[in-house]
Amino acid sequence: MIPAAFDYARPDTLDEAVRTLHDGGEDAKVLAGGQSLIPILRLRLAFPELLVDLGRIPELRGVREDPATGSLVIGAMTTHHDVIHDPLVRRHAGLLAAATETVADPAVRHRGTLGGSLSHADPAGDLPAVLLALDGEMVAVGPRGRRTLPAREFFLDYLRTALAEDEVLVEIRVPRTDGWGFHYEKFSRVAQGWAVVGVAALVRRDDGRVAEARIGLTNMGTTPLRASATEAALAGAGAGPDAVAHAAEAAAEGTRPASDLSATPAYRAHLARVLTRRAVLAAAGTGRR
Amino acid sequence: MTHISMTVDGTRYEDEVEPRLLLIHYLRDHLGLTGTPVGCDTSNCGACTVELDGDSVKSCNVLAVQADGGEVTTVQGLASDGAWTPLQTAFHEQHALQCGYCTPGMIMAARDLLGENPDPTPEEIRHGLEGNLCRCTGYQNIVRAVLAAAAEERRRRAPAPRPAGAGRPDGRPEGAPATAGQEART
Amino acid sequence: MTAPATTGKPRSEVGRSRTRKEDARLVTGRTTWTDNITVPGLLHLAILRSPMAHARIDRVDVSPALERPGVVAALTGRDLADELGPLPCVWPVTEDIVMPDHPAVAVDEVRYAGEPVALVVARGRYAAADALEAVEVDYTPLPPVLGLEEALADGAPLVHTGRGTNRCYTWPLVTGDYAAQKARADVVLRRRYTQQRLIPNAMEPRAVVATPPTASEEYTLYSSTQVPHVARVILSMVTRIPEQRLRVIAPDVGGGFGSKLQVYGEEAVALALARRLGRAVKWTESRSEGYQATHHGRGQIQDIEIAATKDGGILGLSVDLLADMGAYLMLITPGIPLLGAFMYPGIYKMNAYTFRCTGVFTTRTPTDAYRGAGRPEATFAIERTMDELAAELGLDPVELRRRNWIRHEELPYTSVAGLSYDSGNYEAATDRALALFGYDDLRAEQRARTAREDPVRLGIGISTFTEMCGLAPSRVLRDLRYTAGGWEAATIRMLPTGKVEVTTGTSPHGQGHATCWSQIAADVLGVPFDDIEVVHGDTRAVPQGMDTYGSRSLVVGGLAVHHAALKVVAKARRVAAHLLEANEADLEFSAGTFSVKGSPEATKTIQDVAFATFSAHDLPDGMEPTINAGHLVDPDTFSFPHGTHLCAIEVDTETGRARIRSYVCVDDVGKVINPMIVQGQIHGGLAQGIAQALYEEAVYDTEGNLVSGTMADYLVPAAPDLPDFVTDRTETPATSNALGVKGVGEAGTIASTPAVVNAVADALRPLGVRDVTMPCTPLRIWQAVTDARAKEAAT
Repeated sequence: MIPAAFDYARPDTLDEAVRTLHDGGEDAKVLAGGQSLIPILRLRLAFPELLVDLGRIPELRGVREDPATGSLVIGAMTTHHDVIHDPLVRRHAGLLAAATETVADPAVRHRGTLGGSLSHADPAGDLPAVLLALDGEMVAVGPRGRRTLPAREFFLDYLRTALAEDEVLVEIRVPRTDGWGFHYEKFSRVAQGWAVVGVAALVRRDDGRVAEARIGLTNMGTTPLRASATEAALAGAGAGPDAVAHAAEAAAEGTRPASDLSATPAYRAHLARVLTRRAVLAAAGTGRR
Repeated sequence: MTHISMTVDGTRYEDEVEPRLLLIHYLRDHLGLTGTPVGCDTSNCGACTVELDGDSVKSCNVLAVQADGGEVTTVQGLASDGAWTPLQTAFHEQHALQCGYCTPGMIMAARDLLGENPDPTPEEIRHGLEGNLCRCTGYQNIVRAVLAAAAEERRRRAPAPRPAGAGRPDGRPEGAPATAGQEART
Repeated sequence: MTAPATTGKPRSEVGRSRTRKEDARLVTGRTTWTDNITVPGLLHLAILRSPMAHARIDRVDVSPALERPGVVAALTGRDLADELGPLPCVWPVTEDIVMPDHPAVAVDEVRYAGEPVALVVARGRYAAADALEAVEVDYTPLPPVLGLEEALADGAPLVHTGRGTNRCYTWPLVTGDYAAQKARADVVLRRRYTQQRLIPNAMEPRAVVATPPTASEEYTLYSSTQVPHVARVILSMVTRIPEQRLRVIAPDVGGGFGSKLQVYGEEAVALALARRLGRAVKWTESRSEGYQATHHGRGQIQDIEIAATKDGGILGLSVDLLADMGAYLMLITPGIPLLGAFMYPGIYKMNAYTFRCTGVFTTRTPTDAYRGAGRPEATFAIERTMDELAAELGLDPVELRRRNWIRHEELPYTSVAGLSYDSGNYEAATDRALALFGYDDLRAEQRARTAREDPVRLGIGISTFTEMCGLAPSRVLRDLRYTAGGWEAATIRMLPTGKVEVTTGTSPHGQGHATCWSQIAADVLGVPFDDIEVVHGDTRAVPQGMDTYGSRSLVVGGLAVHHAALKVVAKARRVAAHLLEANEADLEFSAGTFSVKGSPEATKTIQDVAFATFSAHDLPDGMEPTINAGHLVDPDTFSFPHGTHLCAIEVDTETGRARIRSYVCVDDVGKVINPMIVQGQIHGGLAQGIAQALYEEAVYDTEGNLVSGTMADYLVPAAPDLPDFVTDRTETPATSNALGVKGVGEAGTIASTPAVVNAVADALRPLGVRDVTMPCTPLRIWQAVTDARAKEAAT
């Protein structure tokens, strides 16, 4: 199938991008890697009049360390492939690298970007829940300037974020999780399939116990969610299979999973509990199953 | 219309194109490079995989304008002076294709895979090709072909001379008979 | 002409794993897919399709589309109604079958989501796609017809109102007295199985290019089809283009699996538009479009009942089938279940068999052949039932099969369904498979997992199958009320330079006919493999053919090549005898060379003979100056490949995921021309059969919309989703043909689905689960386990 016609702008600077987007109004849309957007255009599920391609703005790419906070700063247009292979990400935000490896397939990961995935905000996408678990922050730039949004405030609804129509997500800030155990447990029906449910787990251990756990849930509602009840139950609890299993029983609390070809809400809730147990055990290094 | 320039299989092209033109349609309909086919409209099948600036991409999922200034290699640009690459040879010798429609994309994806991992396990090959669907082969011979090509490429890079007796007198590669080895007869 | 050195017995080409002649262009991109074809002035067709399952068309206005840039024509179904006849079904399985009109483009009513409603022809594919948006259609919704049983209920809404019923036909087959057998049975087991709808998913979407007469008065249709010869006959009738002026070419075709064993409305429409506009017209479906517009497969509800003695002896079998026709009858839609009708008894002996199939119209995409076509459904039902019967009787499922199958010394054997199985050895294939599989060890592990209540259970599934293939015997097809015959044609031309052209009526699209037919011809003619060119898929170049489907190509078409080559040698012998001044009876022919017995220096190669025949200077008196020959094969019977497939599956009862741990199959496809190609066919067949068991399903919602409408939703397995297969063969030559061959294209698909589902059921049986509906998705497995546990807790 073939996209409907649109105009195209490829700004060289962020300022120009913001201006073009602003001038384009509600019919203008950002083109990041295009790996979600182009299929939508081809199926004629969207009809933007203007695409603003961020692909040639160098400052939107790459990973650096913020000297002030030590956080990683990842340019929104950094591709999944580059995130996976970036040494800083691997060392200080291993969860993000591990989860990104499960996104789509290698060719899509060459084009798709971290910022694009987060802005698309598909509840079945893997990375929103990861950023939620990492307590990441999104930095957006618009005509009214620059603002920083915690991940918890970024995802508003199905395919909807806190970004204004003329705002561009420019970078993602991820606190270092050195010393944390991590695991992304993705359950999909086929290798390249979307997550039926995914669980992103970060665990900081203190001797034999869990000092702190952060758990992000993929596809358990219209937005990514934290398994807060499980996190609370794990804090200070044992890291062994029984304690983790007990805490994971609360993983679906507060979630509102959807029904689709792959799952009913009850099945998703069940998967959330099973996968949370597995993800936490793997992250804690106390056995995967 | 937007002006683009692109090098495809070593030839430089300049064109005015609609921004919505998909890279695959630019290759097929504008340049006549029909060696790369289209298999789906959701980026699942991978039949249209080409290399763009050194990376495998699904050319039905890239706008031609996004590839502006880039360098594209398609399956048609692999063989040089009629000599096939080890992957092309291995796909032939290991019977890794039947109808052949997925083959260009499969070879381009495998090429990318071997670029990153020159000595993959069968499991890694299967995962590396997860974005490419084949309906004919059940993938088993594709995995074998990629293994064989990897070995051949490693051999070519190694300084040692070709071992004696490595010929294939009957056109059938060694080490590629039925999985279960000797076949029973009743 | 130089005579080749003749040293000893020549190496046979048949039986060698020759790498394929077809590959060179395919691995380098020098291909000719239909969508690659372009001609001057080419126009592009786009088709507006119904968004509703069932509706009355109140108004179609294509005039706004004509205003769009680049648009050359826009038409409605009514515009074409006078120049295109209805699309025919050539298999009216009963005398009173309901066969509704099937227009290529809907006129008054749409009966499935995706049915063509309007056409736009434009100068480019982008312009055509854009202009579709401008076509205006008003619909009045009508009730969809979805459930097969509901469709047959009194007062159900009708798909074809004027026909008064949704019942298309009822076709029975009765042998023996099943009621009597049931009465004396110790055990009667009744099961219902559902064969979900499948979307064939050939990797190349369909495409058509129709060109109008130019230099000659000939229309040419390039089409991604399995059946160029059949299409020519049908399309000449539908379009009223005289058959002699219609040429159909199947260029490189990227897979079919039955979905291109069809004559589609788009082919007729493209020809009609080329005629109307005097310009060439191309149509290429997008994948999502094809999901609605290309026929589906399977779609049956099977009620099966088996009567047995307490020691497992099968007494009789009864099958009652509902088959989803979809909205219209396509080329052979009604006949698909009949291809399965004869296979329910499988390889087992029994006294009585009754079968009844009712075809049902629904407001969904029409169904038709998909790899196996009727036989996978039948094999699934009997093999699932055998495992269930074994469980019921407390017998090992292999042992139950041993007690019932036809022993090899009993062959040839006429099955209870009336098929004469000529050859086979079920014991040998099964013994080999069990050994490769490590059956006893896996059973031990299974018991251990069950005993410790391991959340990951192990299941073992068995499928011992046979199938009928080589769809041919024309007289049998007559008895089944199929319109056409089933013969196949080949010709062999010996060229003056000694090279060989083989034409075949088969129309390959991945099977490797060019390679295998070369091997067959090379052996008979004694010419080098590389000197042979196989020509196919063009009704001008190959005047006669019945094309490729139903695992028939080798058994019928390959055999035709063999016999044509024998005729060439016979003719050449006469010329050689003349040239050598010897009696024909005194000539020996080996490795392409005729020699006179007792005087080894007196020789003529077949290439010498070819040139001598070409020059025709010195031929036997009265002989036509040719050694070319053609042959048509119409076999007396089907062929019957068989095999034993074993699947070990791990089922994670927590998540419901089933993962194949090992898969072993031993197939007997008779004599093998090319082992490498045979193995490839098995691999691919397994992948599709496993896909039905675990992954794929065309899902409709209650409104009749296809929900699994894109490749993102319909789950075609990728490399990580399938295991490495262990394949082996036994080789029991068919006695019904000179090559001893049986056919292999569908075997893997037919055998594997029940093996996998039997394994899933076997894993879950200790938990109280009786069955899991296909595809055995994680959701369904988890639900089955959950329900079984709840039931157990309640009792």
